Amino acid sequence: MLARQEDLSPAPALKQTPLHALHLARGGKMVPFAGYDMPVQYSAGVLREHLHVRNSAGLFDVSHMGQIALRPRSGRLEDAALALEQLVPQDIVAIAPGRQRYAQFTNQAGGILDDLMVANFGDHLFLVVNAACKTEDEAHLRAHLSDACLIEPLPDRALIALQGPKAESVLAKFCADVPAMRFMNCGPRRVDSIDCFVSRSGYTGDDGFEISVPAAQAGALATKLLDQSDVLPIGLGARDSLRLEAGLCLYGHDIDTTTTPVEGALEWSIQKSRRTGGVRAGGFAGADRILSQLGTGASRRRVGLRPDGRAPVRENATLFADATSSESIGTVTSGGFGPSLNAPVAMGYLPSSQAATGTAVFAEVRGQRLPMRVAPMPFVPNTYKR
Amino acid sequence: MTTLFTTDHEWLRIEGDVATVGVTDYAQSQLGDVVFVELPKTGRSLKKAEAAAVVESVKAASDVYAPITGEVLEVNDALVAEPALVNSDAGGKAWFFKLKISDKSELDGLMDEAAYAKHTA
Repeated sequence: MLARQEDLSPAPALKQTPLHALHLARGGKMVPFAGYDMPVQYSAGVLREHLHVRNSAGLFDVSHMGQIALRPRSGRLEDAALALEQLVPQDIVAIAPGRQRYAQFTNQAGGILDDLMVANFGDHLFLVVNAACKTEDEAHLRAHLSDACLIEPLPDRALIALQGPKAESVLAKFCADVPAMRFMNCGPRRVDSIDCFVSRSGYTGDDGFEISVPAAQAGALATKLLDQSDVLPIGLGARDSLRLEAGLCLYGHDIDTTTTPVEGALEWSIQKSRRTGGVRAGGFAGADRILSQLGTGASRRRVGLRPDGRAPVRENATLFADATSSESIGTVTSGGFGPSLNAPVAMGYLPSSQAATGTAVFAEVRGQRLPMRVAPMPFVPNTYKR
Repeated sequence: MTTLFTTDHEWLRIEGDVATVGVTDYAQSQLGDVVFVELPKTGRSLKKAEAAAVVESVKAASDVYAPITGEVLEVNDALVAEPALVNSDAGGKAWFFKLKISDKSELDGLMDEAAYAKHTA
């Protein structure tokens, strides 16, 4: 046994985040992830870590993600926002100071190059991008925005996520401003007298914060947060099961260059101003395809899936309309066990005609057809402080 | 009664011509929290090294291979109902299935407890 597990042997030349020593000291089981040596779990294990975040608070090291400042050469933030709008279908101009928004870099075919968060920090935009894409994202920004913006990667900053219902009370001990923040508020804050960028956001579906902190002070701050009795360190395993229950996409799995934001069921993230008839309609990479799909619908769609039985249905399982047909109708892109639901959950792509909630489909797992149903997402309700 | 071990982290308790099979405590510690177990059908004939059962944690699925050739006499339905038994009592209540041993010479290649302890050290 143990044969079908992912290869856990350390690859050479893995990068380390500023919290690497802390992971080792706290018993982190380290695995390669996006070129970094990262904790997949600690001694509590994925199940307990997951439930601890839902019931209390958990600390995640997400320092492998890319942090990029986008500064307008003109000094006018709107010029940086307008420039970035060439690369994303979102309204960046309308992001108010101290607010942030979810966005996607699209390609000419309307596919997704990466998904990211864009924050307005007053005099510049602050971007958080996926670890596996950050080099390409920086090159993409330089290729298209260098005339309008200074593109400044911030590799000397760590990123710590503190998530769960007790995240606010814990962080408030170190930063009195945080209770006044609401979901997607962000900006410079002093946390334990350290100059940080704090946002009220995360990747778990629960309330929580992300704290960008200078690398040299990251270990000390993380240690202080972990010393609070409500807080446990949380690895990538629970990060994945938490975001899956929240119905949130994992780039490279649920969305990628072959899926558009409409196919990925991310229309909610495209504001009216960028759509047909809007004040700045189109003008982003892949606009023809994306705007057409917004008008008439896409042929396939990302949906939530709930297996009828107890067996997890995992990534790459093939989907069928019935128990016997030989023609596949789709694929599972993420799947596993949802500890808060105490049940397996998955997401995947189905033809739009077969994507309605309640539609019965079958997934092939170890040669058997397992019945599933299309289900609304999030699987576990969000608890954002709006 | 003898307990033997495989390099794939399964244990076999030998009583006459019946072998009770489970996974070791070391295996469960590597798997993490077990959330699903699939067992073979009673009466199925298993060949040595054939995939016989499946054990899934939150994160991943793993096969349990038949450590020897034999017919499945009985499976542990309690384990299907409560997969977490693998974590709490891997060497006891979390037995997977019982096999009628078809060739006792296959037992010769297995490890005793001391050899298995060295294998996982």
